Amino acid sequence: MEVIKIESLSKYYGKARGVTDISLSVDSGEFFGFIGPNGAGKSTTIRILLGLIHGTYDKVAIFGKDIATHQQEILADVGFMSSEGMFYNGMKVKDIIRLSADLRKKDCKEEARRLCDILQLDTSRKIEELSLGNRKKVSIVCAMQHRPSLYIFDEPTSGLDPLIQYEFFSLLRERNKEGATIFLSSHILSEIQRYCDKAAIIREGKIVAYDNVDKLTKTTVRRVTLTGDVNIDNLTGVSQVRKFNGSMTFFYEGDINDLISVLDRSDLKDVMINEPDLEEVFMHYYKKEGETL
Amino acid sequence: MTIFFHELKRNKVSLLIWTTVIVLFVLMIVVIFPEMKKEMANLNELFSSMGGFTAAFSMDRLNLGVLIDFYSIEAGTVLCLGGAFYAAMIGISSLAKEEKDHTADFLLSHPVNRQKVIIEKLLAMMTLIIIMNVIVVVTTALTVLIINETIDWKIFLLLHLSYLLLQLEIGSICFGISAFLRRDSIGLGLGLATALYFFNMVANITEKAEFLKYFTPFAYTEGADIITSGNLDIKYSLIWLTISLVILISGIIKYRSKDIL
Repeated sequence: MEVIKIESLSKYYGKARGVTDISLSVDSGEFFGFIGPNGAGKSTTIRILLGLIHGTYDKVAIFGKDIATHQQEILADVGFMSSEGMFYNGMKVKDIIRLSADLRKKDCKEEARRLCDILQLDTSRKIEELSLGNRKKVSIVCAMQHRPSLYIFDEPTSGLDPLIQYEFFSLLRERNKEGATIFLSSHILSEIQRYCDKAAIIREGKIVAYDNVDKLTKTTVRRVTLTGDVNIDNLTGVSQVRKFNGSMTFFYEGDINDLISVLDRSDLKDVMINEPDLEEVFMHYYKKEGETL
Repeated sequence: MTIFFHELKRNKVSLLIWTTVIVLFVLMIVVIFPEMKKEMANLNELFSSMGGFTAAFSMDRLNLGVLIDFYSIEAGTVLCLGGAFYAAMIGISSLAKEEKDHTADFLLSHPVNRQKVIIEKLLAMMTLIIIMNVIVVVTTALTVLIINETIDWKIFLLLHLSYLLLQLEIGSICFGISAFLRRDSIGLGLGLATALYFFNMVANITEKAEFLKYFTPFAYTEGADIITSGNLDIKYSLIWLTISLVILISGIIKYRSKDIL
């Protein structure tokens, strides 16, 4: 079952581009990564899913229900964590957590207490006294205490120390194993590669790659690193050439036989041809053609 | 009613401060009245000969030796202006502050209907204004009894009804405007309340500017009019009730489909 289904979603802020004609779907139980730098359109997509802003689309549905007509029903079973973690000043952490539960008309005291213990969150402190990391912990508790079927996290780990990041992902994996679907927006590629089954890369408002994380890293693109005297000027499919101390690295996305022919004619001391990791795939999609790293 | 009680809690400190300040001013005015009354023969003459200033505060039509007349000028100014400022401040902050502080993301990502959010926030704003007015009326009435003065209670309540209506209308207008703003703009709310107050003062000074009374809800809070007629001016009250409802409903419609950035 498709938990999130987006077809031809566009959003413009006046003339400024938010997202352009994006389509993707997230299946039930999937751990989905949404990758892109700031301003690419990740938050815009998430805000549309939550009904905070409105876009134009052929279809945007969560749990098979249209977001425009079933918003409340959908949000009752969604846990959202914003990138900023902003709450009402003057209130204590425990009051915010209780307010969130009250807005859902649920008694989540036990689960909230468990999450606060795991995340080492002092619930007696006032919101304005908290660091970004601690505000994020409050967000995590508010997003998870009611045990929803879908978690939407927008840049969740910024500001969290590594130990709490580990606890956070352990919690997510626990929920994911129980059948919950996770939609995680991030620009930290290592966490997407480590935890996500599937990912989409968004660039300038458009989805430029969308597949299983394993497949994304198993593209036909190869990272070539070589040392020696090589002329690749006539080779097509080369991008992001970087030269240093007599060595050269570049991405190659052409006929492998052409590459081998060029290398065969060259005076080489060393050569490595690897699959790129997700970070390199990401950079591959993000660097304009001919641009060097 | 979670949002309603949440709003009351969030605003309790500012309610306490504004109510305390207004009550202290009003009580001070009531308490000094017996002393003022003794000097009033001279003061009436003085107050009625200050030209535009006299007209602006309607002192040419009132006898400052009578408590309700004195109260309508002195306490009326504090209650009208102070109360209007308070109403404008909480009204204009109600929706826009959520966006400015990014707390709207938190609130609206819960399963809450936006219309319900607006209505509960509006009810909370109105409740805060009513609480403030009830406290002012009760403490003032008790003080009048304690100092053993007599006052026309019907006019007293009519005056306070007009102040309450004024505050509810200004609060509602600012609340409606708040739906169109992305930033909390207390300055805009206070500026609007001040401008409307001055329209009324100018309209009092010269007959040529009397048309300005249509442009300000302060027109129907005029103590001299209420005391002489024994009624609220329905014409001005209805005009501003309609204006505030139109702005309020426009705000509600806007907020229901507004992009929360």
